[in-house]
Amino acid sequence: MIHYLLGILLFVIGLYGVLVKRNLFKIIIGLIIMEYATFLLFALVGFREHGTAPIQPGVAGKVFVDPLPQALVLTAIVIGLGTTALIAGLAVRIYEKYGTLDIRKIKKLKG
Amino acid sequence: MQNNTQNTSSGMSLIVKTVARILAGMIMLYGIYIVAHGHLTPGGGFAGGVIIAGSFILLYLAYGATAADSDKRKWYASLCESLGIFGFWIVAILGLVFGTYFLFNIFAKGTPFHLFSAGIIPVCNVAIGVEVAGALVGIFITFAAVKLLERK
Amino acid sequence: MIDLYIWIGLMIIGAIVALEAPDLISAVISLGVCGFSLVFIFLRLHAPDLAIVQIIVETLSLIILIAAVLRTTREDTQERLSLQKVALWLGGLFFMTVFMLSAYRIAHEMSRFGHPLLRMAASYLDMGLMKTGAANLVAAVILDFRAYDTLGEATVLFTSVIGVMAVLRAVGRKKRGG
Repeated sequence: MIHYLLGILLFVIGLYGVLVKRNLFKIIIGLIIMEYATFLLFALVGFREHGTAPIQPGVAGKVFVDPLPQALVLTAIVIGLGTTALIAGLAVRIYEKYGTLDIRKIKKLKG
Repeated sequence: MQNNTQNTSSGMSLIVKTVARILAGMIMLYGIYIVAHGHLTPGGGFAGGVIIAGSFILLYLAYGATAADSDKRKWYASLCESLGIFGFWIVAILGLVFGTYFLFNIFAKGTPFHLFSAGIIPVCNVAIGVEVAGALVGIFITFAAVKLLERK
Repeated sequence: MIDLYIWIGLMIIGAIVALEAPDLISAVISLGVCGFSLVFIFLRLHAPDLAIVQIIVETLSLIILIAAVLRTTREDTQERLSLQKVALWLGGLFFMTVFMLSAYRIAHEMSRFGHPLLRMAASYLDMGLMKTGAANLVAAVILDFRAYDTLGEATVLFTSVIGVMAVLRAVGRKKRGG
């Protein structure tokens, strides 16, 4: 159970970055940390003691870890890179327009 | 030759360029292996596509990403990406036409643990590999070629 | 089991350093510590597919983030200690405490670590080879049992790349201003 709690603690650290930090890149880093915490939790949930990787089944008496969370995370990792690139591109364009990465100043300039 | 390498201000040193040129082919071959054996060993379309994209990005980093003909390369990357996802949809719709439902496994299952087995899974792996490789190379070229406007 | 704690602890330390570093480049590199530790955790948890993907995606993600930081600025936002900041801190602390408490209750009701409830996966493990013919069960799940999911994810990746190219395009911006 401590494993799950440590994974949730990592998620909360990422949430802290998103909520409290004022720099756009720090917010992006917080989002990525939340993403990693989710992957970690999925992998932890599927782990089975004395199990092996789910390759070449059909051998009698072998215990495998759960393949379903791994399949869910596998696609999500690649999607995460795509969305990270999209957010980073938006941050670059925002810096180009406003000359700052501070989200408070960006709000002031909006009016 | 030497003049040529000295003139290119972008990119890294000659040693890095040579090593990258030798290694890129091997990395790409490894990626193709991962895609082709995705249904037998760890890996598959996502992992292999990412590795193939890594081989291209290694070359870009070693030789320096010039903005010169990046539009054409971006067009090729976009084409690969679109073809990959189009192939996946085609396989899915073939299942609807020749089988009973969308994404039906229309091909023969074959003998397990052989390269040509598991029906549509290797075909979909190849399609996804092409799509992911094109997508990541496209993202990288876009980031390398971006030019900021001067602020006043 | 102790090695798993060490890797997760390394991830947490990397995350904290990444959020608190004053230089954005060092923040991004500390994020790399977090991501590469995740690779070893995946290997430890018998997920080789995930480890292969994560180790390269982490490298590419670092390259992209460093490229983005170098095109903007390296300095973190300067913040003075003010009443608003302290209030934000206290609010965040309260929220996180509530979050962790509810998470503790949920983690109590989950199955014990190492003994998952194989509701869906039991049939995948038993019938996967016979139904799909693929020896790699993860590939069987993502491309046969749950292929709709993969189709949707491939579409999301396609859309995000179109978004990146549209946001960062060079043509069509010359007429702006004047």
